[in-house]
Amino acid sequence: MLYESSPVAITIFASFVLAVVGLSFWLGRKGQSAKGYYAAHGEIHWFINGIAFAGDYLSAASFLGICGMIAFHGFDGFLYSIGFLAGWIVALFVIAEPIKSLGKFTFADALDAKYNSRGIKLSVAISTLVVSIFYLIPQMVGAGDLIVPLLGLPHAVGVILVGIAVTLIVVTAGMVSTTWVQFIKGSLLVFFCGVLTSMILARGLTVNTGSLEPQTRTVTPDGRVLVDGEPQTRDHDLRPVGTLAALPERYGDATTTGPLGPLEYLSVLEDSRIVTWSGKKSTDASGTHTVYTPTERAGTDLLKPGGYFKGLTTGKLADKLDFASLMLALFCGTASLPHILIRYYTVKDAAAARKSTVVGIAAIGAFYVLTLFLGLGAMTSGALDPTSTNMAAPLLAKSFNETLFAVISAIAFTTVLGTVSGLIMAGSGAVAHDLVENVLGIPMDDAGKVRCGKIAAVGLGIVAMALGILFRSFNVSFLVGWAFNIAASANLPALVMLLFWPRTTKEGIISAVTVGMLASLTWILLSADTFEKVYGLSRDASPVPFSQPGLVTIPLGFIVLIVVSLLTKAQPQGKPA
Amino acid sequence: MANNSEPGSDGPGGAARIGFGLFWIYVILYFGFIALVLFRPDILSSRPFGGVNLAIASGLGLIAAAILLSVVYMVACRVVESPGGERR
Repeated sequence: MLYESSPVAITIFASFVLAVVGLSFWLGRKGQSAKGYYAAHGEIHWFINGIAFAGDYLSAASFLGICGMIAFHGFDGFLYSIGFLAGWIVALFVIAEPIKSLGKFTFADALDAKYNSRGIKLSVAISTLVVSIFYLIPQMVGAGDLIVPLLGLPHAVGVILVGIAVTLIVVTAGMVSTTWVQFIKGSLLVFFCGVLTSMILARGLTVNTGSLEPQTRTVTPDGRVLVDGEPQTRDHDLRPVGTLAALPERYGDATTTGPLGPLEYLSVLEDSRIVTWSGKKSTDASGTHTVYTPTERAGTDLLKPGGYFKGLTTGKLADKLDFASLMLALFCGTASLPHILIRYYTVKDAAAARKSTVVGIAAIGAFYVLTLFLGLGAMTSGALDPTSTNMAAPLLAKSFNETLFAVISAIAFTTVLGTVSGLIMAGSGAVAHDLVENVLGIPMDDAGKVRCGKIAAVGLGIVAMALGILFRSFNVSFLVGWAFNIAASANLPALVMLLFWPRTTKEGIISAVTVGMLASLTWILLSADTFEKVYGLSRDASPVPFSQPGLVTIPLGFIVLIVVSLLTKAQPQGKPA
Repeated sequence: MANNSEPGSDGPGGAARIGFGLFWIYVILYFGFIALVLFRPDILSSRPFGGVNLAIASGLGLIAAAILLSVVYMVACRVVESPGGERR
């Protein structure tokens, strides 16, 4: 669909971004020691840090991706919410305490605290970089997807805007500003989603079938876009979709329910009939055609698992394993994300770290409950763009009013700013602190470390922008799933065994991290989804049985660590634990 | 502060044990839910509460459980650590 840029939207949007960047410059004046740059002086209050956790974690995938998935496919988007949040339990109950007392600036230090091994620093720094990059791609893609309808500018512009804003933030003030960016983002996100949810409930559900004619979008070989055979213009465009076909019988002839309570809303939806749309692509001489067709379904069918993960209803074993593998990867992945773990170091002590994680979990949990309603509200809003799941949440806001649309889009953009800041921090830490200082052994004074970190940040920013433009056609949640698989496979076995099995040796850790990362990465690059969407080959050519490697590669990491540790000599502890 | 090597007052024994126990409770809840999704989806379609189906209720329940367990953990750890004194 084509969008008009609105001056209101642009003004609100620009004000937000400028405020955030301005804040970062102001905070940046507060001292530039390495400790300050990387670990925010250890002075962040636990409540601020907790909301910053939420701001850090709730990325484009959570906000845009899950809402969109629920809006188009029903319950299965909610499965992502459940998985993402459950991972925090692993983070809090298994990893939190020990990591705090082990670590210095980065995740690599935590893993290396006992062995002082260059091999560990190298393998973990690389794994941190790889995971950070995989997590960066969907954020940048999401940023581009937000800019297109908001400002009417090309996808690449959005990506570059994010890249520049974030690099500025990180280079000027490092961790302090990213904590505050994320605190602001976290609060705004939860607050405005709360506002939007109450508006959804107040509006209730309304019958609005709209036209059920299929729609076709064609991209001709010379790059023109046609809708139903005619050139796409603002007056001749794809129709918005996502409607309620019929209310439950108990409403009789009424076409609207009026305000509903949250549980009422859910139960009325389950008894209603809903029209969802899906697209099917085909290519011929005249171009690539995507035909969007409607399906009317019972609410009960949509509000149960199986709408997106079709294998749950077809009964195919490979599909069921795929789903279980994804849920395992989400569960294990949160604790393994480098940009999350860094945040543990920004509070005073273990008790404060616990408190901040609790605050974070509560905020994230509340947010995921809200996204359930946002997704369902979008599903029946009649305002969805059939070509884009990512736009469901902002378009939902637009169906209420233009200002709310602008605010939500600006918040979503700040969402990306916050997450990307954290990722670039983790990545620049890996490069500057781990690779340059520890592995290459180049000694640096405080100022040198900070400078190196900033150069690394700029480099990473450029890489992120390039990849965000290259991967623009990908589904953001899918890419995040990749990142979680790799993080969990590479990092979790090493982390857990280090904390709980004294017989772990440094060779064991190096092998586990390396094998876990390479195995999951290779699996993903050989998966059916990659074959189809990246290489343009047939899905059947893929040698692996399902797409998500976690079920195989996470246990593989554990096994490799155990075997290698048993085969190598146990070492006396180099430092007190 | 970044490099905390103070022993003892962190009470890793007590906190870790509580954490472990609560972790396994959540593992049972989470993987139990996944098992239902995989093997008995018909149960998840049922609507024992009259309004919302079990799938949605379980999802909401898992979110609530995560929050509840983390609060329990925080309180329990505080109790375990209080004789040693909190560092301020």
